[in-house]
Amino acid sequence: MSEYIIKNGHVFDPVQGIKGDKKDIFVKDNKIVDKVGSGAKVIDASGKTVMAGALEVHAHVAGPKVNAGRWYRPEDKHFDSHKTAGITRIEGGKSIPTVFKTGYEYARMGFTFAMEAAMPPLYARHVHEEIHDTPIIDEAALPVFGNNWFILEYLKNQEIENTAAYIAWVLNQTKGYGVKVVNPGGTEAWAWGLNCLSIHDPVPYFDITPAEIITGLMAANEYLGLPHSMHLHQNNLGNPGNYTTTLESLKLAEGVKAKNNFGREQVLHSTHLQFHSYKGTNWGDFESGAKEVMDYVNRQKNLTIDTGNVTLDETTTMTADGPFEHHLNSLNHLKWINVDVELETAAGVVPFIYDPDNAVFASQWAVGLELALYAKDPMRCFITTDHPNAGPFTRYPRVYAWLMSEKYRNERLNTFKKADKVISATTLANIDREITLYELAAMTRAGPAKCLGLSKDYGGLKPGMNADIAIYNINPDKFPSTGPEIEKAFAQVAYLFKDGKICVEEGKIVDMGKKHTFWVDAKVKENKQVMHDVREKFLRYYSVNENNYSVPESYAPHQHIISVDATQA
Amino acid sequence: MTSKITLNMITCRTIQQGVGMEAGKTSQKYFDACTIIHMHPEDMKKLGIWKNTNVRVTSSVGSVIVKAVETREDLVPGLAHIPMGPWANHIVPAYTYSTGEPCFKGFPVEVEVAMNERIMGAVEIVQDACGLIRK
Amino acid sequence: MPKEVTDVICPFCGTLCDDLIVTVSDDNKTILGVKNACAIGAEKFNHQRLPGRVKRPRMRQADGTYKEITYDEAIDWTANMLVKSRKTLMYGWASTSCQAMSVGHDIAEKVGGIVDNCATVCHGSSLIAIEDVGVPSCTLGEVKNRADRVIFWGCNPAHAHPRHMSRYSIFPRGFFTVKGHKGRKIYTVDCRYTDTAKCSDEFIQVQQGYDYELLNAFRTAARGEVLPDTVGGVPKEKIYEIVEDLKTCRFGIIFFGMGLTHTMGRNHNIDIAINLTRDMNDYTKFAIMAMRGHWNVTGSGQVLGWQYGFPYAVDLSRRDQARHQTGETTSVDLLNRSEVEACFYIATDPGAHFPIDAMKSSAKKPTVTVDPHINCTTEISDIHIPVAMVGVEVGGCAYRMDNVPIETRKVVDPPEGMLTDEELLTKINHRVDELLAKGGA
Repeated sequence: MSEYIIKNGHVFDPVQGIKGDKKDIFVKDNKIVDKVGSGAKVIDASGKTVMAGALEVHAHVAGPKVNAGRWYRPEDKHFDSHKTAGITRIEGGKSIPTVFKTGYEYARMGFTFAMEAAMPPLYARHVHEEIHDTPIIDEAALPVFGNNWFILEYLKNQEIENTAAYIAWVLNQTKGYGVKVVNPGGTEAWAWGLNCLSIHDPVPYFDITPAEIITGLMAANEYLGLPHSMHLHQNNLGNPGNYTTTLESLKLAEGVKAKNNFGREQVLHSTHLQFHSYKGTNWGDFESGAKEVMDYVNRQKNLTIDTGNVTLDETTTMTADGPFEHHLNSLNHLKWINVDVELETAAGVVPFIYDPDNAVFASQWAVGLELALYAKDPMRCFITTDHPNAGPFTRYPRVYAWLMSEKYRNERLNTFKKADKVISATTLANIDREITLYELAAMTRAGPAKCLGLSKDYGGLKPGMNADIAIYNINPDKFPSTGPEIEKAFAQVAYLFKDGKICVEEGKIVDMGKKHTFWVDAKVKENKQVMHDVREKFLRYYSVNENNYSVPESYAPHQHIISVDATQA
Repeated sequence: MTSKITLNMITCRTIQQGVGMEAGKTSQKYFDACTIIHMHPEDMKKLGIWKNTNVRVTSSVGSVIVKAVETREDLVPGLAHIPMGPWANHIVPAYTYSTGEPCFKGFPVEVEVAMNERIMGAVEIVQDACGLIRK
Repeated sequence: MPKEVTDVICPFCGTLCDDLIVTVSDDNKTILGVKNACAIGAEKFNHQRLPGRVKRPRMRQADGTYKEITYDEAIDWTANMLVKSRKTLMYGWASTSCQAMSVGHDIAEKVGGIVDNCATVCHGSSLIAIEDVGVPSCTLGEVKNRADRVIFWGCNPAHAHPRHMSRYSIFPRGFFTVKGHKGRKIYTVDCRYTDTAKCSDEFIQVQQGYDYELLNAFRTAARGEVLPDTVGGVPKEKIYEIVEDLKTCRFGIIFFGMGLTHTMGRNHNIDIAINLTRDMNDYTKFAIMAMRGHWNVTGSGQVLGWQYGFPYAVDLSRRDQARHQTGETTSVDLLNRSEVEACFYIATDPGAHFPIDAMKSSAKKPTVTVDPHINCTTEISDIHIPVAMVGVEVGGCAYRMDNVPIETRKVVDPPEGMLTDEELLTKINHRVDELLAKGGA
């Protein structure tokens, strides 16, 4: 039994509405409690900022395409390969760090949870093997459904119940967390070298549109009452003028109500919105559409978004949006990996250099920041870099600094080689908002936790919640005056408590903690039709047997199973 | 007819070699599958041998005794094949051109008749080369 | 009553068939029969019950004979060897589980090992090429469901991956390929008229060593440029004809093997094959896949990938950094230059599959070999530690040639008291910890 008092820190907790008041936080075992005994260890947090552990809502940190990125880019290790003294292993890579570095770096920045954003069901075992080897942080993974043959066939006939039963079966087989949708229909079209760029383009052979897939999966997600909503990567990613596709896709959620027991209010999470908020007709007249998109998002209470901030680094793009990676490769001609996955999905990987001297990349940088700065409700807008697509997650401290300091971001904006062009193509120069520590806590803790259906135990510091706590060397009364100082403070926590254990002390890993894998076990009524279809597809079309498909529980260390009962739905 | 011919050597997997390997490196199956050289009938004629004659195959790094046989996987004249294994690797040049991969395929060898020479066993041939057999 | 174990995974080649049925004796000790396997797979399962299997570690004596020792003695000797050596080649891993590899890497990081797998003499060239130009590929089920053009280039699945053609590439009927073989056109490009070529619709005989030139000619023809009369022994008319056929297919795939990776040009052969595939994606859908050999060589690359960021030849001898440089940290080169101080071989047989000059160098070093059976390497090692057969006597994760992970199954018990790879490595790891805590050996 271990007890701690975190004394005199400035506490920021949107769950309880605490905005930097000096307050003691009590920890007993793995929980935050009202009080502890006299023997409790005291952590002096005076002059420091105390928040809940941060939750990553969308990152590519484990699985086949991440690992392809790792091993086919030996040059990424030239940026970093090192070992620190102590209990850690060798850490390597910059845009696609090894599993060890991934766990350590998240922990050093104050994160206690990360969501792997795209798990091909056939490769689920691989995803879990990497999650197993990633130290400290809790993780979960979202299986992809938007191009799955079962889903396309059921939704063509509007069979929501069958769709839901199949989703429940896949979550159980893959130890998955929710419903991820990537370029719905477009990735299946890519199996023939084609794409669906609008939400009304029919999918070859299956004769269904992306709009129907999105609508149907949203309905199935709410039918099951899953902790997380449908998590959508829209069609037409990365193309000038795509903000209309984005708005059309988001409008599909109008009138849909969240139905779940987890306190989640959104029915659609729109991810890496930066890549979907472009105006113009080509890269020459490219402009930011962030204002238009956020005006809509701000009005629609049943939507959440994450930003996908471009960090202006050399990175490695990877997505289940296979046709997009092929397109990207035709633009930059760097090495291209593609994998089409039978009956389910595809993925592509292409290295990418966001050169700040290029007006388009600099404008993308601005669009990402605009999204967060236009967000009226920080509980519905989360900061991501769509790691590693817009930049590595290790750049979060810098993104926070740009958002929290107008001066810092304007320094960057005004020193771009093509500053005039970027300033005219975007509205960033006109925004003076600076994100506060309280808003940041909502955007990185309470908000993502609520969006993922984890708000009961995570994302806050209320007694009874899980003792995942990050303490930063930031004195809100003397907030760092320069960008680099803000970055430094967020890059290395003073302390990180994970499940009530100190895992990081002044940026040094001191304990590997007790890592959990989260997955959702959804119970549905027995569905003979779906089980028959599963059997048939494995017999005839899959290249593995049904009995060798499922990921056994032994792959999920200290599994944290979230049960959902949809038998009465 | 000459006493020596030069051939281009490739070493590859065969299903018999695979079966032999799984039966055990010391098994007769493995020995039978790997102690052969596939040659084109014309090359055998040139060398003046019937099939199933032992020959000495010499490359830049060493020589090995194997049995010349015909194959149903047709070769062109001038191309010869020894299934992968310790016998083939006795003559495979270890140089990798900085790729890590030795020259398993496409290196010149001389083949000569060695009718009465004995073919060594799998373990024996490796131990012998490594100086581990006490004579 | 003998019982049947179904959905068994075959631990032989990268095809990783998962539909074997194995009949096992009532006491779980003996395999009585194997169904659905190819000749090689069946032999592997049958080998389990052969008499004369070594059941305890053996140590070589001064007179060249081997005497039995205990597992504890073998573990202690091995741990001492690893701790003493400043640079140990830890080669193999292609026939064990990913879980065992993980433990091995932990040891390597502590003692300064160089972890290399069988790709180093197999598809290492392909990995270099992919590091240079990427690879557009797919899973094997995609081939089965969609491919209407299949090219086997420098590979011979009829011999090396015997069930590949019936499960995935030539014969099966899939969702969009209801006619099976009739709906597909199969090409084989090889310097020999292989048994695979005999199953193909068209055989293109390339002169040995001229694959790069021929692939280059395909790319040239695809762009409508002029070719010489023949390239690598193939007439230009044939090349133009084939390229036109490929451009108009719905879904094409190139499978390639050692015919490209082992011949002169090595990685450049693969590089240009991948670039041909990229080019073809301007006209239709095209993929390319390496015919990986050992059943879990792909898995070793994956685990090394997520732990260190390189697929093979990972040098941890600096202990604070992982390095990977072909020609430098690759096994054969290390042995050629006699650069390592000890050798630890697991789940492979370099004695049979490395050039003899490399093994002559290896034989001079302290050597431990971990393998279920006697092989050419165990017999030149100081110690041979027998272990349970992974995929037969113990399960564990493996990766198919298309990187699809499949959990292999245990079908029978290992011989009494025999350790698995993972158990053995864990014990060695603990012993290494003890020795290091004492300040070295």
